[in-house]
Amino acid sequence: MASEHFRKQFPQLGEKVYGKTLVYLDNAATSQRPLQVLDKWEEMSSRFNANIHRAVHRLADSATQEYESARDAVAGFLNASRDEIVFTSGTTMSANMAAFIFGERFVSEGDEIIVTEAEHHSNIVPWHMMCQRRKAVLKVLPVDESGHLDVAALDDLISDRTRIVCVAQISNVLGLRNPVREISDICHRRGCRIFVDGAQGAVHEKTDVRELDCDFYAFSGHKIYAPTGTGVLYCKKELLEQLPPYMGGGEMIESVKWSEITYTRIPHRFEAGTQNFNGVPALKPALEIAREMREDSSTTEEQRRITKYVYSSLMRDPEIRLFGVPRHLEEKVPLFSFCVRGAHHEDIALIMDKMGVALRSGQMCAEPLMDRFGVTGMLRASFAPYNTLAEAEYFVESLHKAIKMIKG
Amino acid sequence: MNTLEEAKRQVTEDFSLYEEWLDKYEYLIELGKNLEPFPEELKTDDRLIKGCQSRVWLDCRKEGDTLYFKADSDAIITKGIISLLIGVYSGRRASEIEEDDFSFINDLGLRENLSPTRANGLASMIETIRRYAEQ
Repeated sequence: MASEHFRKQFPQLGEKVYGKTLVYLDNAATSQRPLQVLDKWEEMSSRFNANIHRAVHRLADSATQEYESARDAVAGFLNASRDEIVFTSGTTMSANMAAFIFGERFVSEGDEIIVTEAEHHSNIVPWHMMCQRRKAVLKVLPVDESGHLDVAALDDLISDRTRIVCVAQISNVLGLRNPVREISDICHRRGCRIFVDGAQGAVHEKTDVRELDCDFYAFSGHKIYAPTGTGVLYCKKELLEQLPPYMGGGEMIESVKWSEITYTRIPHRFEAGTQNFNGVPALKPALEIAREMREDSSTTEEQRRITKYVYSSLMRDPEIRLFGVPRHLEEKVPLFSFCVRGAHHEDIALIMDKMGVALRSGQMCAEPLMDRFGVTGMLRASFAPYNTLAEAEYFVESLHKAIKMIKG
Repeated sequence: MNTLEEAKRQVTEDFSLYEEWLDKYEYLIELGKNLEPFPEELKTDDRLIKGCQSRVWLDCRKEGDTLYFKADSDAIITKGIISLLIGVYSGRRASEIEEDDFSFINDLGLRENLSPTRANGLASMIETIRRYAEQ
């Protein structure tokens, strides 16, 4: 079975919690890491540990090659060119960087930025902060009761002052594939840019930035099997070349004179200071296994079966309210946020933890979306391609036991 | 009424009867369900305990030197935990509570088995009870 083949490569999945087999369903918060990634990180730390881009010695040269080779791997993964790839510490930093550099260059008083109601705080707060700095206005594209973006309303929401629209490829709460290409087309027809938060999308969706035609695309390494503290900001070359630096420091400059400071070319202009040179090279094996799992037909089939099984189990239960209800199953990825009527989300998560099931509970860094649905928090089960249908069944069975324990 | 030490010993004994954590939770849920109803009008912001993920209200009524606690929570396990605490400390003299070190909670193993956010919540509950005693 394919999932077994891949599972064996993730040591954490074989661990026990409270004497029970771990069923890890908090993949939307962070994924587990395979041996290839752990090995690469260890190799970088123990054999090639040197600061990159600076020195001429052998170690520095090897470390630089590994680091730049990861840039090629990311470019390949996104179908971008290597000078469009900026390394960051994760999606949050990518969004902060994009908001800052784009705002500095293109946003002035009275301009408008649009975010959607379904965004993670990371794709709201940086734009809010930039709007405050630039005296711009933040506008919100709503989602409907089923969790779908009101794309039809976007055309009306965009004005000639709109500079950029910020949207998640897949919301970390709703687990629905958003029509990013359609939104890109609307933005470009109306003369504004689009920033795509791909933190969940990079795991479950196509990541071809040419096909999406987005101006920015951000994702985190740690959610796609790479070490924490690795992340990517993609930006179209013609745009990135026009943008000012984010942080100042070593390696991002061309020349520093007291009379004038000039900056180096893209993408290094945006990588000031010492980079995560031990972690970034491990993005390459991480994206490689991501690609293998995505292209493995029995893995994708199992993912489809998990999605269908969990979706129908949750929908069938009148006590459960699912957020992010697809119009057809292909819209849904195996990421399920829900509430249980008459039971607090924290109670369920705490009990299921003792059954070995790792879930997320709370606001999921999406307070406006919690307010939209009138809840104080939710439960979330998020699957990765290494999860099995048997785990999904155990999750549903444990959920019913937990509900019974609480409600009697 | 039993003494504070007896009440603590009783709770520790009751709790140790359950070896599995799921059974301990079941016991806490039962405690939570049996907690005396909390009047809606007492659910005010000044009675909300800060530092808990779920909402916990604690009311303290003083009669002479004696403190009487009432509590509620929207999460049932948390409600069980606060019920356990007020079962021990309600109806005690302020000086007794003030002098107590609350260490029996550590013997229950609750801190280690709650998520950090819950453990913070537990600390806030204890802190609130202690503050009432000091007032």
